[in-house]
Amino acid sequence: MSESAHETGGAGPSHRSVEAGVAIVVGVLGLITVYGSLKVGTGWGDEGPKAGFFPFYIGLIIIISSVVNLFQLFATKNDNTAFATWEQIYKVLTVVIPTAIYVAIIPFSGIYVASALLIGIFMVWLGKYKVVVALPTAIAVPIFFFVTFERWFLVPLPKGPIEKLLGF
Amino acid sequence: MFEDIGNLMHGFAVVLQPQNLLLMVVGIVLGVIVGVLPGLGGANGVAILLPLTFSMSPTSAIIMLSCIYWGALFGGAITSILFNIPGEPWSVATTFDGYPMAQQGKAGEALTAAFTSSFVGALFAVIMITLVAPLVASFALRFGPAEIFSVYFLAFCSFVGLSKEPPFKTVASMMIGFALGAVGLDQMTGQLRLTFGSETLIGGFDFLIAVIGLFGIGEILLTMEEGLSFRGKSAKIDLKVVLKTWKELPRYWLLSLRSCLIGCWMGISPAGATPASFMSYGIAKRISKRGAHFGKGEIEGVIAPETAAHAAGTAALLPMLALGVPGSPTAAVLLGGLLIWGLQPGPLLFVEQTEFVWGLIASMYMGNLVGLIVVLTCVPLFAAILRIPFSVIAPIILVLCAIGAYTVHNNTFDVVMMLVFGVVGYFMKKANYPLAPLVLAIVLGDKAEVSLRQALLGSQGNLGVFFSNALVSTVMTLGLIALFWPIIQNGISRVRGALGASRPAQ
Repeated sequence: MSESAHETGGAGPSHRSVEAGVAIVVGVLGLITVYGSLKVGTGWGDEGPKAGFFPFYIGLIIIISSVVNLFQLFATKNDNTAFATWEQIYKVLTVVIPTAIYVAIIPFSGIYVASALLIGIFMVWLGKYKVVVALPTAIAVPIFFFVTFERWFLVPLPKGPIEKLLGF
Repeated sequence: MFEDIGNLMHGFAVVLQPQNLLLMVVGIVLGVIVGVLPGLGGANGVAILLPLTFSMSPTSAIIMLSCIYWGALFGGAITSILFNIPGEPWSVATTFDGYPMAQQGKAGEALTAAFTSSFVGALFAVIMITLVAPLVASFALRFGPAEIFSVYFLAFCSFVGLSKEPPFKTVASMMIGFALGAVGLDQMTGQLRLTFGSETLIGGFDFLIAVIGLFGIGEILLTMEEGLSFRGKSAKIDLKVVLKTWKELPRYWLLSLRSCLIGCWMGISPAGATPASFMSYGIAKRISKRGAHFGKGEIEGVIAPETAAHAAGTAALLPMLALGVPGSPTAAVLLGGLLIWGLQPGPLLFVEQTEFVWGLIASMYMGNLVGLIVVLTCVPLFAAILRIPFSVIAPIILVLCAIGAYTVHNNTFDVVMMLVFGVVGYFMKKANYPLAPLVLAIVLGDKAEVSLRQALLGSQGNLGVFFSNALVSTVMTLGLIALFWPIIQNGISRVRGALGASRPAQ
């Protein structure tokens, strides 16, 4: 096995460690399911199998398959492939972080203002667009959605102080 | 039978109302856009647009939503052929020969062949649904809880046996789906479970949120990581090319028929369109006289996967309609739609909601015809959408996903859950866990559980109830075979290998 993948500075965490992490998280989910099922009873009640009967066995199967996946992972030889390069992880984070902020401010600003900010920031920061291009797009798209959803299909979306100011 | 034909004609009358025809065209166009854009697949597109239909009549709603599905099936081919980027997983096999054809300047021929074979595949599957679905439904009306559970069992076991992901990852993914589906109110006892005192969890996890997150956000993250840039061949289809290709196509009728059959079979079992397209391509390559040229721009290599994928995508609606067991994630979303509109999917649908069922079936015929015309005439337009840079498309798709997630329950917490599911989906996809079983398990978890518990209640806890008569034993046995299929296949090839070794080489 060559160590070359390891030595190039750009290689991020190994695929193996991430996969092991996923398997462990899966196993923990299984444990939570089993624990939650035991709390409501997994046996036989007046109305047949109790509420925890089905999820209890589901949880057991989750734990078993997670153990098998972990076992298979370590039974095969480590090929040292990277999960993703740091550059790729950075790119993914450039989507995840703005989206997380977007999702967090929706309850306060409403969906339209938040969307305009998301589109505008994305275009200027990642797309390297000039503000002259990004700003009209960032404003036009939410207005288009507003007309489509609120007016045409009569589906109300979350609105914030600015919309209230405009009288909606 | 004759009654069915009458019902179908009535369905056509419903579908041909101007308002429904308009919805059909809107659905197809939206569907193609959804199919062309990365991060907006069929399942996810239908999930986002589902809330728009809450105020429509169920028949109009299903016409629009199913047309989005057909449009997405068509749209996948455009990106595969022109850009060498499969817009949908089931179009991966189409890139093998479609893109080389486009490089050789035969993009028009490749697209015409792809669209036409899609249409043929879908038509074959719809005819099959028309003939078979009512029979299956009337047969299924006599099912008790044990039989119903055995059908679910078969559906989920097929996933394990047929998926190309490692079996234990498929099982893990599916069981997480069941566990998420179990959170909240227990349907039989009315007891709360797995909520751990949290009020937001009482309602449980909605599979629409999971679909939008896993398939939408997760897909955008993957696309971002790959650093996608679209550099495609330009396409123009004129009538001359279409007619020329159509003249050529009948020669491949045997290939088409075989691909249709593969597609229908794979579509009914919940393996779905993606394996169907690969299997059809593989078999065509092995059988065709020009098999050695596959991968260099052979028209047969476009016909085979497209026919099978579309046949499978359409056939996936048969078990959803007749049994209430969807054959694909998109069919699952449509099933979720039925529940929201107040319809109970399953065999009773054919008895109680005749107009709805036959309207849907009629719209399958019409929708695919309209789809064929729309895609043949508007290819340059759809290809132009792909030239919009990803830094503009991505935030718009994110916004659409957020709107879709919010409108399911008018709840901003769901938008947060969507992002969580998105990140989870990214890691699962990277670690090779299939997502479709997870989604189907969330949708069907409650129903499968209720049928299991009712069956056990009836038998006083005796597991023998699942082998108590010929029907239920057969379905359960088929399920077990499907579950252990990888092991069985391994055994067969080993026996064959041993026999082959003892025989002199040919």
